[in-house]
Amino acid sequence: MRTEIRVAGFGGQGVVLAGRLLGEAAILDGKRAVQTQSYGPESRGGAARSEVVVSDEDIDYPKVIEADILIALNQTAFNKYRATVKENGKIIVDADLVKAEGDEVQSVPFTKTADDLGKRMVANSVMLGYLVESTGVMAPESMEATIRDKVPKHTIDLNVEAFNRGIKLAKQEGKS
Amino acid sequence: MDRTGYDRVLKAIGKKQLFAQGDEAYAYGALLAGCRFFAGYPITPATEAAEVMSQLLPRIGGAYVQMEDEIASMGAIIGASLAGVKSMTVTSGPGFSLMQENIGYAFMTETPCVVVNVQRSGPSTGQPTEPSQGDIMQAKWGSHGDYEVIALSPNSVQESLDLTIECFNLAEKYRNPVLLMTDGEVGHMREGITLPDHGKYEIIERARPSKEPGDYIPFLPESGKVPQLADFGSGYHTYYTGLTHKPSGLPSTDDAEIHTQLITRLCEKISDDTEKLTRVEELYMDDAESVIVSYGITSRAAAYAVKMLRAEGKKVGYLRLITIWPFPDQVLRRIGESARRILVPEMNLGQIYYKVKEAVGYNAEVIKLPKIGGIMHSPQEIAAALKE
Repeated sequence: MRTEIRVAGFGGQGVVLAGRLLGEAAILDGKRAVQTQSYGPESRGGAARSEVVVSDEDIDYPKVIEADILIALNQTAFNKYRATVKENGKIIVDADLVKAEGDEVQSVPFTKTADDLGKRMVANSVMLGYLVESTGVMAPESMEATIRDKVPKHTIDLNVEAFNRGIKLAKQEGKS
Repeated sequence: MDRTGYDRVLKAIGKKQLFAQGDEAYAYGALLAGCRFFAGYPITPATEAAEVMSQLLPRIGGAYVQMEDEIASMGAIIGASLAGVKSMTVTSGPGFSLMQENIGYAFMTETPCVVVNVQRSGPSTGQPTEPSQGDIMQAKWGSHGDYEVIALSPNSVQESLDLTIECFNLAEKYRNPVLLMTDGEVGHMREGITLPDHGKYEIIERARPSKEPGDYIPFLPESGKVPQLADFGSGYHTYYTGLTHKPSGLPSTDDAEIHTQLITRLCEKISDDTEKLTRVEELYMDDAESVIVSYGITSRAAAYAVKMLRAEGKKVGYLRLITIWPFPDQVLRRIGESARRILVPEMNLGQIYYKVKEAVGYNAEVIKLPKIGGIMHSPQEIAAALKE
């Protein structure tokens, strides 16, 4: 099965890194994965997009055709890409950064959760925890191992804590 | 002797299984092929290759030099190669334009070297972060005069690694510049790759002189059309010039016969071997009435489109050019005889399309499907073009 994930936001929000970690984790999970990226010449502030295609088979077309999952990290990205999501697809937005309504939208306080942990920069780890738990696209263990492997050493504990908070947010939602 | 230093390279890279970018894979492939010198100038979307080389080469006894520009980069790798060290540079369109004069010099002096062009949208500085296939004709005709290059085009990260090794082998075998014509999409794309095991991939080294220095004639092949190459500093003295030269290497610029013999040999050492150099991938070709001919990243959309169309019962085939230059005319001629229609999607306004048309003649209809602006063709666009 082919699963297409699009992460979109501003340059500097960790859009490309989030896509990269998703791809790495999928590989660790024994799946095939391709990650592509698109951004402007600015190092920060321009539109940034990262796409991950995960499959059990070889992947021909490396780009998103119709996203199964859209992660919108700012309002522009949500407005631009909400219509490109598959029927029954999921849209995950940061509740603190995006105003979004709709049955397909899951609005989650990633930034606030990260702030509670004392470091806004780990908002993406919260997001990744929420994503893997709520969609089942890959094993949380593979994602956690990837985070441990790829983030700067002195931030491992904090990022893993943020990741677990994300998982918790998804679990709480499942119960309610 | 293990000239590739496999164990040291593997240790420097760290792991055999990686989730890596195309740009990283060019660097890994080069190191596995025995490349120990890199000269370059950073340019989007190729910089990551230089970054990897700058980190790893010093750890394995190689050298990395960041030059003042791409003209100098090309000059530096020619010099290093003539000193006996396998050498590479990696660039994108604007840098590739600057390198053209020295690519001609490498051809004229028969210097093995590898140039990777991670194509971005041009002309001029164009769209720096966006991919393109706009330099395909420049690869063949960018320098002045009659000359031949070998150019390969990968469509995945694994193939980026494998073909970079192949580029080094061909450069060494033919004493010629070899180009890896890739693009910003492959360069920045990440996929799972596996480094080949030691001894499981072919490594070719240039033929070095079998005669004593006094008897060695630098540009006189002992057999075939490729002469042996002596390393600078090894006791052999060779005069290198971009001028037309005699087998001794000394210039001779007003003798039509010497010029004709030299340039004919240099071109024929490549063109005589066109069939040997031809590498293509074919899928569903046996009963194909329509064929999609593509190369590089565009082939990933083409493969998806062909499978979509086959699922609908359409007799569509897939031909991917891995060797771009010398152009595999014979393969296209054969396909022109069996297929009715040939579609050529490219991320330019039509370049290889004209080569396909020339090879096919009037045997089949050849349709152009250009796309520029930095966005790949979608499989649906390609499929739709065949339904018209």
